[in-house]
Amino acid sequence: MLLDVREIICGYENTIIVDGCNFSVKKGDIACIVGPNGAGKSTAMKAIFGLIPIKSGQVIFNNEDITSLNPQERVIKGMSFVPQNNNIFQEMSVEENLEMGAFIHQSSMKENLKNVYNLFPILNEKKSQIAGELSGGQRQQLAVGRALMTNPVLLMLDEPSAGVSPIVMKDLFTKLKAISKMGTSILVVEQNAKQALEISNLGFVLQNGKNKYSDTGKALLQNPEVRVSFLGG
Amino acid sequence: MEIINAFALIINYIIIPGLTYGCQLALGALGVTIIYTVLRFSNFAHGELMSFGAMTSILITWIISYFGISISPLPTVILALPISILITISYCLLIDKYCFQYHRKKNSKNVISLIVSIGVMFFTSGLIRVLIGPNDRTINDGERFIISARKFKEITGLTEGISLKLSQSITIIVSIIAVVLLFWFLNKTKTGKSMRAYSDNKDLALLSGIKTENVIFYTWLITGTLACIAGTLYGLDKSYKPFTYLQLVLPIFAAAIVGGIGNPIGAIIGGFVISFSELLITFSYNKFLSYLIPINFLPEGSLQLLSTDYKIAISFIILVLVLILKPTGIYKGKLL
Repeated sequence: MLLDVREIICGYENTIIVDGCNFSVKKGDIACIVGPNGAGKSTAMKAIFGLIPIKSGQVIFNNEDITSLNPQERVIKGMSFVPQNNNIFQEMSVEENLEMGAFIHQSSMKENLKNVYNLFPILNEKKSQIAGELSGGQRQQLAVGRALMTNPVLLMLDEPSAGVSPIVMKDLFTKLKAISKMGTSILVVEQNAKQALEISNLGFVLQNGKNKYSDTGKALLQNPEVRVSFLGG
Repeated sequence: MEIINAFALIINYIIIPGLTYGCQLALGALGVTIIYTVLRFSNFAHGELMSFGAMTSILITWIISYFGISISPLPTVILALPISILITISYCLLIDKYCFQYHRKKNSKNVISLIVSIGVMFFTSGLIRVLIGPNDRTINDGERFIISARKFKEITGLTEGISLKLSQSITIIVSIIAVVLLFWFLNKTKTGKSMRAYSDNKDLALLSGIKTENVIFYTWLITGTLACIAGTLYGLDKSYKPFTYLQLVLPIFAAAIVGGIGNPIGAIIGGFVISFSELLITFSYNKFLSYLIPINFLPEGSLQLLSTDYKIAISFIILVLVLILKPTGIYKGKLL
């Protein structure tokens, strides 16, 4: 098991948002967390990455308890996170954005840069452009590229398709599949449940901060209950 | 001939002093801008940090001169500058450790750091008066002129002379070197880029493994260096008077805001906008016009838009106008 999240409870101040969730991701998996608005999907992911404190529960990564580590230490362990908003350095060039992604993995930077450029050729084309001038889809690619520069074992994305066109979204999901084929496991929180489940081999449906269903992506797509309540029939 | 004389007059009284003063303001504004972009507060203590830098330069110059070392015709203070830069940086780091760090750790509002910086300003100015006293000091022990006005007149045969002081050329050359190094550092080195990344998107910088402490260390390193250089150059060009640095804060902030706060290139441009406005508005155009129009048509009086006593008001007026008309400054900076 690459990532094993056990019974985490977390939230803000006095409100509990994630109330005892379990997630497990194996090497090579694409896992997605779906659910209605306010189910606690993003909060759960932030808790897994250490951005918000966990009240109880455990996060096991690569057979190591990382519950008490801060996000930077988790990056060193091989996690990488693409936030939903503000996920690029607006005033810096595309290449500088990627260089900053590799800040702690300086030794393998050239090679990682080449891999990212192979995966997203458009970034290579626009490498000296200021990131703030890119289109929405290109920004999202850059954000993913930046996260890949640390050469992560597990790439986590918080709603990567928010605010981009359906075509861009489809393209992005294809890239995610390619990334997982290269050996990086992926955990993604998604609003567009149907499309996300189609590319995932693991799906977690959250409701009110609890696991409602956990199954393979295909099984969830065929599950009539899930279809009716979460996928719009 | 008359036109050439008029030009010589402008070069001598506006262009050369304007460039010198502009360089000093630009270096000051760069320091303010860098603190603002990285640490997110307006550092009102910057003027006094410049004064502190100038003071250490003078103290070290005295020590160096005591041992009879000099690099004549250059002023001895050039020799003292590297050491006083180190001392100023240490002072900045100490201030950060005992004043600003606490509020950063507590995640206080930025305005609290601003108020702390005012406290630091008063403390520093007090410290300076204790250490060196309030008197006027001259640091310039080198050659005074590269070209004196008299020599220029002899060579060219013009009625108007152009003089270039050694301190002025040192100011301009040192400023150019400092700015080039600064831009090289920010744009080409890994540490400089990480500083820009931190100021651009702090959360993402932390996610990328950039360490806050390192960024803050380098921020004060640069600020201390710039403050010490700017302060020493200002003292070298005029003379060192602790009081004057308090009055420099306003034009420096005006420069940073006019250029667009948070933008280093803007800070430099802003410095020159302020310095040239001050000079152009307080310049007496009487003599200048006397070369261009017949003497009978010459209006009476000194033809000064504002008396030099109101010099400080000019940067204030520019500041207010910019904040009303174009709050982001010339180069789109951040809103205050």
